[in-house]
Amino acid sequence: MSKHQEIEAYRQQLRECVKCGTCRAHCPVFKEVQSEAVVARGKISLAQALLDGKIDLDRHLLSDISQCLACGRCVKDCPNQVPTDEIILALRRRIGREKGLTLFGRGVSTVLQRPWLMNLLTRLGRMFSWLAFRKVPQGSGLRLRFPAPYISRDRTIPAIAPQAFRQSHPEFIAGDPDKPLVTFFTGCMINYMLPEIGDSVLAALQSLGANILIPKDQGCCGLPALCAGDGAGAARLADRNLDALTAHKADVIITACASCHSGLTKHFRSLGPDHAQLADKVMDIHEFLLQQGFVEKLEQLPRRNNPQPVAYHVPCHLRQAGLKEAPRQLLAALPSVRLVEMKNADSCCGLGGTFSVYHYDISKKLGALKAEGIRDSEAEVVATACPGCIMQLQDTLNHAGLPQQVCHVLEMVAADLKNAEPQ
Amino acid sequence: MLEKRIIAILQDIVGKEYVSTEQADRICYSYDATQQQFNPDVVVRPADAEQISLILKMANAEKIPVYPRGAASGFTGGSVPIKGGIALVLTRLNRILRIDQDNLIAEVEPGVITATLQKAVEEVGLFYPPDPASLKFSTLGGNVAECAGGPRCVKYGVTKDYVLGMEVVTPQGDIIRTGGETMKGVVGYDLTKLMVGCEGTLGVITKIILKLIPKPEAKKTMLVMFDSIDGAAQAVSSIIRGKIIPTTLEFMDATALACVRQNADLDIPDAARAVLIIEVDGERELLERQAARIMDIASPLGVVHTRVAVSDEESEQIWQVRRSVSPSLRKVNPDKYNEDICVPRSKLPDMIRAIEAISKRLEIPIVNFGHAGDGNIHVNIMVNRAIEGHEEKAETAIRDIFAKTLELGGTMSGEHGVGTSKAPYIPMELDVATIAYMKAIKRALDPNNILNPGKIFLEDQ
Repeated sequence: MSKHQEIEAYRQQLRECVKCGTCRAHCPVFKEVQSEAVVARGKISLAQALLDGKIDLDRHLLSDISQCLACGRCVKDCPNQVPTDEIILALRRRIGREKGLTLFGRGVSTVLQRPWLMNLLTRLGRMFSWLAFRKVPQGSGLRLRFPAPYISRDRTIPAIAPQAFRQSHPEFIAGDPDKPLVTFFTGCMINYMLPEIGDSVLAALQSLGANILIPKDQGCCGLPALCAGDGAGAARLADRNLDALTAHKADVIITACASCHSGLTKHFRSLGPDHAQLADKVMDIHEFLLQQGFVEKLEQLPRRNNPQPVAYHVPCHLRQAGLKEAPRQLLAALPSVRLVEMKNADSCCGLGGTFSVYHYDISKKLGALKAEGIRDSEAEVVATACPGCIMQLQDTLNHAGLPQQVCHVLEMVAADLKNAEPQ
Repeated sequence: MLEKRIIAILQDIVGKEYVSTEQADRICYSYDATQQQFNPDVVVRPADAEQISLILKMANAEKIPVYPRGAASGFTGGSVPIKGGIALVLTRLNRILRIDQDNLIAEVEPGVITATLQKAVEEVGLFYPPDPASLKFSTLGGNVAECAGGPRCVKYGVTKDYVLGMEVVTPQGDIIRTGGETMKGVVGYDLTKLMVGCEGTLGVITKIILKLIPKPEAKKTMLVMFDSIDGAAQAVSSIIRGKIIPTTLEFMDATALACVRQNADLDIPDAARAVLIIEVDGERELLERQAARIMDIASPLGVVHTRVAVSDEESEQIWQVRRSVSPSLRKVNPDKYNEDICVPRSKLPDMIRAIEAISKRLEIPIVNFGHAGDGNIHVNIMVNRAIEGHEEKAETAIRDIFAKTLELGGTMSGEHGVGTSKAPYIPMELDVATIAYMKAIKRALDPNNILNPGKIFLEDQ
């Protein structure tokens, strides 16, 4: 099985950090925590100290290494482009190997590696949802509670979908034979929790006449396992996706989750040439639609009176991939949308995968920053391009008691396509 | 290592959660942008002047070194705890206390990020000009302690020109006030000027009163490429002799241009051997005229190509050329010694030529760029420490460059300070009596030598 590089392999890159401190201006966690150990420059020093045998993997160090959203800002804005994100993941793999995964990390990794278990759990979750999901008193702004272990008591998360997306759709949906064959990588959030995003993706692709493949054997992208420090588990997932996604010769593999996109395009490249080839084929749905001339298509739809004010939240993982403008361009072209600006549109929602489980207090503070921007904007809807951000933003709005809706850009696209159909 | 007793006292003063002896924290507060590392024994994050006063009184009684620290982005080791002891992290003192639009002043705590203050004052139409390259993360306390400069200093002056007064905790723990909030004030010694640039050796700054000015209405950015450094340098002198003081007058020499030629968004012809980036600001209608006059002055001096930005994006593109130099240096060699000498503006070509000769003689690349408008050159001596002899060559180059700088009537540091990096060279610039005078001040104010010891002066000097 393929493997990621060990932390030792990053010695040269560690040396390229000149401790200038630029990362202090960009790290969202540092803004809240104000401890040097949190910022990239500090983590690089800790990694160096670890390699030089000047520090042990003690509890304190583990906590410092866990404080990262993997948003990639420190890398993008670093004068020397030191890959701190990769270095942190390598540190976490070493921690996972030497100290074992945390209970939650082990849980995440175990479940996400086994679709049958995920399916079983979601079925059980639905059966017992009258126990797990309690209606919150009206007017509190909190919609759902999920008092599961390791999930903070006041965290709100979406309900589990009645039926998983991949179970309710055939593996192949034929389109126009002249049109491209598109493989849809759904990711876990869309598959189990927000299948309506998946439906919207299909609607957009079908409007282009694309042939769509939704491989049944695809799994989790592997990013959660990687972030939890389970290198072996993440690599196993990557290998499985490699098989599932390359079984048919699709022209392109699309994702509608910014985090899955980051997982598939960035984090498994180093596992081998096959993985790198796969990564080259993956495209974010917004990027793909733009490439297919979708903006022109949308602009031909009849304009709506009183378009709804919509703000766009930039997912960190699209920002990192240099694709942050693509969803905005689609939104701007929608006949029922009036794109409005909001303060902090670019700031991290605060989810950071498992980060928000370990550091929900910081996560909520980052969320509050977003809420401030949303409150002060004219927006009735906040659209974004990542189901993870959607979950976090909804939680944020619930806590702030704000009425705005959060949705995926593709849901808005699909709604306008549907509206334009002859009645 | 400090005794448990001392740690307990510190915890009593600032609260348990703001004192750490964890190895991870000791490592994370051991460095600055010089990359030297010296672990402190304890990291302490006080909240106010009273706590700092108690810490310093205790440190005096116990003879423990105290190292004040802001963002630790300095280039000369000013905040590095070279003798262990207490790393005194001042970033919790991060409030803008007031912006007084009637008197055009701001009162801030030392942990405020420079850019944060600039944004806040610009929102009400005011302006705080000093703009060190680190302004997005460096703190005002650090800026004041080092007397930071920046590109805009040609027209607006450096940090010391904007500090009206301060609250300072003395090395022995008294809380004193220097200067005030008036534009004038001559009662007693000018302790404000003494504190600015003292590199944290004479006191811990806990409040700063800063002068503000009205925000200029508009600015205009120009890029002028010359076929020689002499042309560029002559243009600098001629512009200033022509009674125009641009906001910025940045230059890049041929070595710096070579670094960015491939990656720049703008085309840099091979014939260009030096570049000036000139910015003027002020009332919109005056800018066109100023820009035209500058172009007139420069044109007979071997201009290869010019570009005047007509939009913010174009202006940004021009600045990007300058900003991309630092990151691209790594391609030349992995390690750099970054000096910030300053010579009289008219001596710029002599200095550049001398540096070129030193670079050739020692066979190590030296890349020059910086603030031509005030003769401040960032000299980057690029070496590879892994190669035997490189470190010694760098040492020789630094000494030769400083010698030439002083010969031309310059100074070995325009804006970075002395810290530990330049301490060995101080006797080249200052005579014995001057050093003795400075050290007498330090001794009188800090008899136990507990505040930032080992900086500016070497112990045996």
